[in-house]
Amino acid sequence: MLADQTRLSRKWQHIFLLIIVCCFTWIAIEMVQFDFYQSLLSIPTAGLWMIENLWITAETWREFPDIMLKLVETILMSVAATTIAAFISFFLGIAGSTTTRRNGLMAGLSRGIASVARNIPVVAWALILLLSFGQNSLTGFLALFVGTVGFLTRAFMESIDEVGLKSFEALTATGATYFQVIFKAVIPQALPQMLSWVLFMIETNIRSATLVGILTGTGIGYTFDLYYKTLNYEAVALVTLLIILTVIVIELTSNRIRKVIL
Amino acid sequence: MALLEIKALNKSYQSQHVLTNIDFTVETGEFLSVIGPSGAGKSTLLRCINRLVEADSGEIIFNGENILKLGRKSLRKERANIGMVFQHYNLVPRLTVIENVLHGRFGYKSTLQGMLGVFSEEEKERAFYLLEKLGIVEHAYKRCDQLSGGQQQRVGICRALIQDPKLILCDEPIASLDPHSSKVIMDYLKSITEELGITCIVNLHQVEVAQSYSNRIIGLNKGHLVFNGPNRQLDSHYIGEVYGMDTRELITV
Ligand SMILES: Nc1ncnc2c1ncn2[C@@H]1O[C@H](COP(=O)(O)OP(=O)(O)OP(=O)(O)O)[C@@H](O)[C@H]1O
Ligand SMILES: [Mg+2]
Repeated sequence: MLADQTRLSRKWQHIFLLIIVCCFTWIAIEMVQFDFYQSLLSIPTAGLWMIENLWITAETWREFPDIMLKLVETILMSVAATTIAAFISFFLGIAGSTTTRRNGLMAGLSRGIASVARNIPVVAWALILLLSFGQNSLTGFLALFVGTVGFLTRAFMESIDEVGLKSFEALTATGATYFQVIFKAVIPQALPQMLSWVLFMIETNIRSATLVGILTGTGIGYTFDLYYKTLNYEAVALVTLLIILTVIVIELTSNRIRKVIL
Repeated sequence: MALLEIKALNKSYQSQHVLTNIDFTVETGEFLSVIGPSGAGKSTLLRCINRLVEADSGEIIFNGENILKLGRKSLRKERANIGMVFQHYNLVPRLTVIENVLHGRFGYKSTLQGMLGVFSEEEKERAFYLLEKLGIVEHAYKRCDQLSGGQQQRVGICRALIQDPKLILCDEPIASLDPHSSKVIMDYLKSITEELGITCIVNLHQVEVAQSYSNRIIGLNKGHLVFNGPNRQLDSHYIGEVYGMDTRELITV
């Protein structure tokens, strides 16, 4: 009886929730005057335009070496930003994790840094840094770096939290020092998870680097922007294709690595 | 002189008294069981001894020194003299058995030596000897998460033994094990005391196990020491006192 009743009320809850969501959607569409019907109609036209214009021809392949150079530059920058950020986050994560924290001040500081860095999107960081550093590759690097520190610190803290207090206490009880416990018990247990987050962040950063590059005028993003503004749509298509391929290759590789380490 | 002397030990969390005026002594070579209902303060008592938990007041004299007054360096040194065995083994699951056993040597090493994992031939031989003794030497290079509970607990005991401790604290070492493994573990702990002369303090839930293995039993109830005597003295009257109810109730529960 009781179970039936709760199930019934649960059902009503769901229906109620659905109605609310629908209302909000309708209100939002009205407010921004988003014409749903019109946008649906424009899809075929847009598709046709893409097929007509984004057709990679033999001529475009002459740009290939240039594009590749920029692409490699972008990948290297993403990897560099990620690994250096990972190094910083490693210490911030240890300082902030409930398992390994030593004093509230350090923990609060590291959590603060993480949340500020993480809650501002990478694109916003790029724009902010653009003001002080100007259009150069350092700006792009820093934007990725800051966002990554935020994300990885948070992820590392959780990976370390997950290890728990058990082995930490056991080693402390043997008379081990704090750093012995961290490096011989906590980190060995958390490392695969942490490396997995680093790989994830490398993937993400290669994707973001394109966007950041458009803003800061560096790397593959700049190339993309340049071809786009000079109406060289075939080259734009080639750049896009190469970016997609790169991301897929990176993803496959990191999945492989993940399988081995986890 | 007694190996361990606890005087007027108090510990409270917020306003809740977990240990109230605990007094007892432990002689070298004793096998002491601590019994009591859940929440009586058994784990807290054990953890106060090696200062995983900081007591509020009182004295814990171990090896001639007041543990509660030690600075960081000397605390480390005394901790090396006290092994600890946990209910959930508290090993590093991803590391191998032999690595986990060698963790027991950190108390004798500088931070750097420990972090680099520098162990002498002697230490390694000793680790293998202990694994052999506890019948798990064939698993030495396996990851700990591949072992059964009973085997993991034996790794935990090896880790404690390689410390060359004078005292081993066991917090419900058999609470997660099946009856057979429980017996194996208890027999090993008993033989450690009898053959190596290492004093053991064991928290237990099962009164019968405490009675058949220990020389002496301590009973806690709501943080008070309500029994302290040789195991044969623990009759149904005292059991009722420790668990705060009739023995008849105890059996039907
Ligand atoms: N970190 C803590 N913060 C607050 N209260 C705690 C903490 N640790 C233990 N307590 C409280 O102290 C009391 C004694 O806990 P303790 O773990 O020592 O009991 P126990 O006898 O070991 O019980 P069990 O048989 O269930 O293991 C309990 O009431 C518990 O709630
Ligand atoms: Mg307990």
